[in-house]
Amino acid sequence: MKQTDLAIVGGGPAGLCAAITASRLGAEVVLIDDSDRLGGQLVKQTHKFFGSKRHYCGTRGMDIATTLEQELRALPAEILSGTSVVGLYGGSVSAERRALQETRVQGSTGSGVQVPESQNPRTPEPPNPFRGVLGLASRDRFTKLGFKCLIAATGAAENNVLFQNNDLPGVYGAGAVQTLMNVYGVKPGTRVLMVGSGNIGLIVSYQLIQAGIEVAAVVEALPKIGGYHVHAAKLARLGVPILTSHTVLSAMGKEQVEGAVICRVGKDLKPVARTARKLKVDTICLAVGLTPLSELLWQSGCSMVYVPELGGHVAWHDENMQTSLCHVYLAGDVSGIEEASTAMLEGRVAGAHAAMQVLGPNPDAKRVLTESQAELCAIRKGPFGDKAACGKARLAECAPATGTVPARGLSPKPTL
Amino acid sequence: MRARTSRRKSQVTSPKSKVWTPSFEIGLWDPGRKSRRSGPAPSRRIEQHPILTFENRGSVGFFFEGRAMAGRQGETIAAALAANGVRLFRHAEKTGRPRGFFCAVGKCASCLMVVDGQPNTMVCMEPLREGVKVERQSGRGKLA
Repeated sequence: MKQTDLAIVGGGPAGLCAAITASRLGAEVVLIDDSDRLGGQLVKQTHKFFGSKRHYCGTRGMDIATTLEQELRALPAEILSGTSVVGLYGGSVSAERRALQETRVQGSTGSGVQVPESQNPRTPEPPNPFRGVLGLASRDRFTKLGFKCLIAATGAAENNVLFQNNDLPGVYGAGAVQTLMNVYGVKPGTRVLMVGSGNIGLIVSYQLIQAGIEVAAVVEALPKIGGYHVHAAKLARLGVPILTSHTVLSAMGKEQVEGAVICRVGKDLKPVARTARKLKVDTICLAVGLTPLSELLWQSGCSMVYVPELGGHVAWHDENMQTSLCHVYLAGDVSGIEEASTAMLEGRVAGAHAAMQVLGPNPDAKRVLTESQAELCAIRKGPFGDKAACGKARLAECAPATGTVPARGLSPKPTL
Repeated sequence: MRARTSRRKSQVTSPKSKVWTPSFEIGLWDPGRKSRRSGPAPSRRIEQHPILTFENRGSVGFFFEGRAMAGRQGETIAAALAANGVRLFRHAEKTGRPRGFFCAVGKCASCLMVVDGQPNTMVCMEPLREGVKVERQSGRGKLA
């Protein structure tokens, strides 16, 4: 069985940054990604990023993916692309984590950032240095990978929304539409109804127009546009109606989408009678949010918390991106739906802290850790970081021991 | 009860009935306008793009339900099918309802098809190969 210090699941912005950081600090890293191309969802993002130079502002997502991939390929990290993680085996070390928590509380100075140097969190070393095993399935074989630390950077999946015929071919997720047109150069349809006016909905609508596809309208159930003003303004200038307080009632068509029925909704988000209209579209694009892909974390047995602001169930984690199990970390959208810039920073935090856990305290790692944590705080203090910051604060309120809140009657998913 | 009836009515509003109208053209449904274009269907490939260029790295021939089709080197089966105007990928196991892809990144399993006799292949992740036989899947599919 192959063995490594650090197994990183997911080759998106968070996973790539975690791998680069940990590998630079000297940890042995294996990065696993299910697609053949690294970069996750960055590869289809043609828009330029905001923020400061350090966060790749003014650079298109797809170029960031190339840069990060080149950085990682220059390092001794191993990359397993085209490989899916299909299982996680191994004992939990929550007792150890609890011991670590106690040492922290005793020697706490308030900031909580530093790892106590006098009491190395790795002691007592478990009898087996490999704390878990991942089952990996590539196209033609099944292999196993033993690891000391795991970083789950599995990202998120697109949500569907309830309306009649929402399963017809032609009802696509916004990410699917982006993949089809920006990665493969194929038009998903000729006339599109966009559902949701968050940043993804607005940006994808604009990209559809860039690709020569008509956008009939953007509907938004809330009375206010969800995304940035700049993106909405671009669309408005192109004459795309953004219908707030509207929703989609049904998709028309037998074998594929041939039209859509939209209607106005009231303050209670319920359809208003006699406002239904038919739109002639052949594609309905859903940009109605994302849900963290936390199957692997459920399976690891770490504490899970339901936080609506973060998109659903997320693993409880501290400011070091460490879950209630000391050998399991997470980064990116799986820790709460945010943006690629925060995912990259979270990746750096998780990578640096996990490297320290494997290699012992290290001033370089500490510097990366504190810098990235400070930058994360700065980004979340921005006007649009509210939701995530609020979600993370709610998470911090739960202690890991009481972390599992069975909210809304949802039970943990047993397997992948 | 009254609210329900009125809502149902509203879905088949006649143009005369007094309903809310947007102040701009949003292309309302008009079956009479259906056959506006004649001749060959427009290309489903993006020819011009302000940011991206899509180079054709070579044509790849494949079969969909016995029909010969052409895709491009380096794309997935789902992308090649979409470029050929195929949207219906399978019929659902219990309801028999038509399904296409939804997420296109291998997460939702809506795009399962029979590829070279192998059912339940996620075509949104499967790279297109020369001569590959792709068929619609009905239900769970049978192993050959």
